[in-house]
Amino acid sequence: MKNLISMRDLSKQEILHLMEVAAKIEAGDIVPEMKRKVAALLFFEPSTRTMFSFDTAMKRMNGQTIIMSGTQNTSAKKGESFADTLQTIAQYSDIIIMRSPVEGSARLASEIVDVPVVNAGDGANQHPTQALLDLYSIIKTQGKLENLKIGLAGDLRFGRTVHSLAQAIAKFGAEFKFISPKFLQMPQYIKDDLSEQNIKFQEFVEMDGNIDDLDILYVTRIQKERFADPEDYEKVKGSYILEKSMLSNVKDNLKVLHPLPRVDEISTDVDDTEYAYYFPQAKNGVYTREAIIHILLGGE
Amino acid sequence: MSVKQIKVNAIKNGTVIDHITAGRVLKVIDILNINDNNSVMIGMNLNSRKIGKKDIVKIENRELSEQEANSIALISPNVTLIIIKDFEVTKKVELQMPDSIEKLIVCPNSKCITNSDEVTSKFKIDSISKTVRCHYCEKKYSLEELKIKI
Repeated sequence: MKNLISMRDLSKQEILHLMEVAAKIEAGDIVPEMKRKVAALLFFEPSTRTMFSFDTAMKRMNGQTIIMSGTQNTSAKKGESFADTLQTIAQYSDIIIMRSPVEGSARLASEIVDVPVVNAGDGANQHPTQALLDLYSIIKTQGKLENLKIGLAGDLRFGRTVHSLAQAIAKFGAEFKFISPKFLQMPQYIKDDLSEQNIKFQEFVEMDGNIDDLDILYVTRIQKERFADPEDYEKVKGSYILEKSMLSNVKDNLKVLHPLPRVDEISTDVDDTEYAYYFPQAKNGVYTREAIIHILLGGE
Repeated sequence: MSVKQIKVNAIKNGTVIDHITAGRVLKVIDILNINDNNSVMIGMNLNSRKIGKKDIVKIENRELSEQEANSIALISPNVTLIIIKDFEVTKKVELQMPDSIEKLIVCPNSKCITNSDEVTSKFKIDSISKTVRCHYCEKKYSLEELKIKI
């Protein structure tokens, strides 16, 4: 693995290897050493969680980070080309971790520079490190990735997290329930990808009553701004809020995941149940990102 | 001499691209990037036993390879490539859709990097489902949705 750009590039073996390395790092069996290594965190689009998570991962390995957040005060603002910005930053760093609203920008970056590039989100396209930390959370809580029943709920149209996750877990033969308002359904190209792999999926417009047979319920936020009429949002939002009362008949092994930030789509009374796993999931992100950097910089 | 040969003159040496979907010949010429040194003859809306109505193009003194011409299959299926040497047909093949294509297509995704930076567009082609996938933004499109760069 030279770069991490898209879940589509990763084989099942590479994913499993990464999970194994993340588990060893968490257990302290591998202690990666990144002294004198510098990671450039280029966030052309604002991010707190993903950026902090990478920053933490690098620092836990004794590495350093240089951070660019937004395009204010940068040479991009002065008219420097994307390629020149990348080439220059690559001279200062051992690895580039980038987020951009422009789709395909991480792929292009990986073709411009010689240092490894990690895609930390490119528009509505891919967010592979989030997908990998989600997979790590799933394998940790379920003991396996194969043949699980997974519910993806909320904004499935614009959420790159759910796109990357669906493609990733499909490699292991999952069965999906997609729960979203009609106009925020999973895009056709993702559904086509799943159909080509003979992955079963069903689509629902209500969360309640459709989660009892799930192993994983992955909830995402529906942004009010997606609705042309705010009244339409008010009408449907209740159908996508997970309440504690909806968990009375779920499977014992169910875990509720969320990429965070949460607004009101998971009621806070769910936090104390055995099913809530979104905060440990965020912690898993640090181990997974340590593993990604470790492997890309030549670790086992 | 048949009526068809009178409509579009025979060439001594060069390439004939036959069975082009009627109305698409000018696009084909754009795709082939034919330079000014070549004489080019085109026929439009000719009767065809094979496809009903067809366009045809004859390029004098230029021998196109299958690789060069295959991208035509993106905009017109069932096209035939014919190589002429000394008025004789020396090669006749039906063009196949290539596995990938560069430069020629504009990505329909306005948020794709190929539409905002100076990047050569690249697509993988699935000839069975007749779809292409952008190498950069990874979106999949049917052939009908594509715009050819001119």
